[in-house]
Amino acid sequence: MKAIDFKEIDGGLPFYLLVGAIGVFILAGLGAAYYMEHNGHWVTGMNNQIVWGTPHVFAVFLIVAASGALNVASIGSVFGKAMYKPLARLSGLLAITLLVGGLAVLVLDLGHPDRLIVAMTYYNFKSIFAWNIMLYTGFMGIVAVYLWMMMERKMNPYTKIAGFGAFIWRLVLTTGTGSIFGFIVARQAYDAAIMAPMFVIMSFSFGLAIFILVLMGLYSWSGRPLGDAILIRLKNLLGVFIAAVFYFVVVYHLTNLYGTENHGVERFLLLDGGVYTELFWIVQIGLGSVLPLILLYGPAGKSRLWIGISCLLVIIGGLAQMYVIIIGGQAYPMEMFPGKEVIESSFYDGMVGYYSPSLPEFVLGIGGVALALAATVVGTRVLRFLPVSLADDMIEPYQSGADA
Amino acid sequence: MPRKLLSFLLMICAAGLALQARAGDSILPYIPEAQARFSATQGCMRPTEDMRKNHMKYLLHKRDLTMHEGIRTTLFSLKQCIDCHVSSAPDAPRFPSEKHFCNSCHTYAAVDIDCFECHADRPLKDAQGNFVISGNETQPATAAANAAREDTGDMRALATEDDAHE
Amino acid sequence: MSEDTGIDVYRRRFLGNTAKAAAGLAVVTPAVFLHEVGQARPADQPVTSQVRWGMLIDSGKCADGCDDCVTACKTENGWTGHNRPLSDPQWIRKVKLRDKETGYTQTLPMLCQHCEYPPCVDVCPTGASFKRADGIVLVDKHICIGCRYCMMACPYKARSFVHEDIHDQKPYAPRGKGTVESCTFCVQRVDSNRTPACVEACTAHNHGAMVFGDMNDPDSEISRQLEQYSSRQIRGDLQLNTGVRYRGI
Repeated sequence: MKAIDFKEIDGGLPFYLLVGAIGVFILAGLGAAYYMEHNGHWVTGMNNQIVWGTPHVFAVFLIVAASGALNVASIGSVFGKAMYKPLARLSGLLAITLLVGGLAVLVLDLGHPDRLIVAMTYYNFKSIFAWNIMLYTGFMGIVAVYLWMMMERKMNPYTKIAGFGAFIWRLVLTTGTGSIFGFIVARQAYDAAIMAPMFVIMSFSFGLAIFILVLMGLYSWSGRPLGDAILIRLKNLLGVFIAAVFYFVVVYHLTNLYGTENHGVERFLLLDGGVYTELFWIVQIGLGSVLPLILLYGPAGKSRLWIGISCLLVIIGGLAQMYVIIIGGQAYPMEMFPGKEVIESSFYDGMVGYYSPSLPEFVLGIGGVALALAATVVGTRVLRFLPVSLADDMIEPYQSGADA
Repeated sequence: MPRKLLSFLLMICAAGLALQARAGDSILPYIPEAQARFSATQGCMRPTEDMRKNHMKYLLHKRDLTMHEGIRTTLFSLKQCIDCHVSSAPDAPRFPSEKHFCNSCHTYAAVDIDCFECHADRPLKDAQGNFVISGNETQPATAAANAAREDTGDMRALATEDDAHE
Repeated sequence: MSEDTGIDVYRRRFLGNTAKAAAGLAVVTPAVFLHEVGQARPADQPVTSQVRWGMLIDSGKCADGCDDCVTACKTENGWTGHNRPLSDPQWIRKVKLRDKETGYTQTLPMLCQHCEYPPCVDVCPTGASFKRADGIVLVDKHICIGCRYCMMACPYKARSFVHEDIHDQKPYAPRGKGTVESCTFCVQRVDSNRTPACVEACTAHNHGAMVFGDMNDPDSEISRQLEQYSSRQIRGDLQLNTGVRYRGI
């Protein structure tokens, strides 16, 4: 049985050009953040009705995906599936870099990003946000330790326990992220216990989709062999996660539809919410759930091109889902006076919140994605994250469900 | 060669320093004169050297008392500092200028402060020169000054607390 | 009969003169305390939970088209718009409602409700959103990082985010870019034993729709009115025990 060999990707001019190209987007993102901070948020599309906008859509997506990206390593270390073990290092790296990208966007959008030290020293422990700050930073530390266990031969015996710790930590982390919305009593689209587990399942789906795309991208870039065996296994798993997310979305909406008090917000999201309804049905459900399932489990599932396209569709559907949850949830007016309608208010009470994404917000979000990608590429250049070969003959001894 | 380069660099530095100095300038910051004195013998609520060294500590402590406990006495109140130290004349220097009282030292020491993102950087006075203490209420300048001088209530408490810290 | 009429006339004159004197005092001197605070707190003593500040708003007396309270708050606290209504701050606003079934319309001012269990305080990661011992909910802008989570969480949409640079703030009401703000019950006035600007304006213009006072003091005007008249909290099902109560909704 051949041992899996890990090696850094090649450097040289192509590498610098790639990082430089991604770096342009990072610089643009930083510029957008400076523009927003210097002039104040009035230059963005966010306002007093829709307080979290496009940057938060990207940031929460990246953070959720970060936790899910570690799934591949967890399946290897915690559940003992041998075939995932060679992928574990890249999985850990991606988990850290996606989280860094998401947090960067979140911090740079703050009204006072210069007070990050305040955020890390003053804690209100009743706030799930405060817990999240510690969960996110702790996650990076735990995954770093996990990677160290995997990459240092002497520490290999401890990989399993580190992997277990990382697995539990990321379940708590994603539960905390979902609870940001789940704990809000004020708005009808939130205030639901299902938000937390729904976010956990979403993390599985988005994280794996990104992982597959990054895997295919890095192996194509570095010219290393990537066999079908591993891709088929991963894409089948992705299909399961997409279906699971779809199940949670159905349960969430069915529950809301049952109670008359929530009919307003459901009607808004599913029927006459304009852009939110379109994003929900066409992008989140259609492009992000139904179409990828057909592609992945149908005849097209054997083609790398279609696997890649499916992953991209899942990502786009995921972004749309975040948009509907975060922005659509804020847009629906709060029910302050049941049975009455607001006919006049200077603060848009009772009216659907107006939001139009602005360029600086979008550029900041893309900047976070670029930061995650650049950090991943640099990481694989600097340390031994990537197996030299994932061809079928390398993977075969690990297949057939053989547990390590 | 290196020695020539070194002497050339030194010449550039000296020229630069010389160019910085303008007529009447010293190397120390220009600190504007306050609008009022605390007493005949003392300029501010505490001796000048004490304030220079500890004003941030006093301000931070008092801000928590004001914010969380509603104690709005004049001792170490930022508003009171501004009332005494900054002129409310329309052409008086505002915060971004290095001639503003706080900024005069802070630009010299290169310590950024963000107090005036929220706090008013000059006192609010009405046409008669009284301090405006709410939307429609004023307090004559002399009354404000007397209140500051007679403010011994928490001065004693803060004084003993500071001694305990030392 | 004429004796009765004589006594009535004397009493009427006495009552009338007293009322005129009281009205004169109340209107003429701006510095008069229009609502007596039980025991005035000395300036150098911390606030305690012996006092709980509250407000009672009578929607029936609130006139359509009147925004004296809003104007007074703007003047007192110095928040103005930049002609960008979507992102301009609003500490207090008038809301006009119509019953969907009956067509009955009414107006009322909407402001921070100063809840006893404020969701905004629960969710603030740094603790900048806090409740003072006497019940006033405030934002400590020194440690506010501008994350706007409290704005998401507030059931009354009471909070505003400052979207632009601010200059010429009122020295007694600091506010700045990048932090969140909301009605403070004019804490700078309350701390010197006066009433919020909105209540003062409503009373000074003889609308009488707003009453402010100590809900823990059974002899205060607000406590007496709360005991006498039916009132309720907005979104009372959330069990936040708000400090602002409404009559007539």
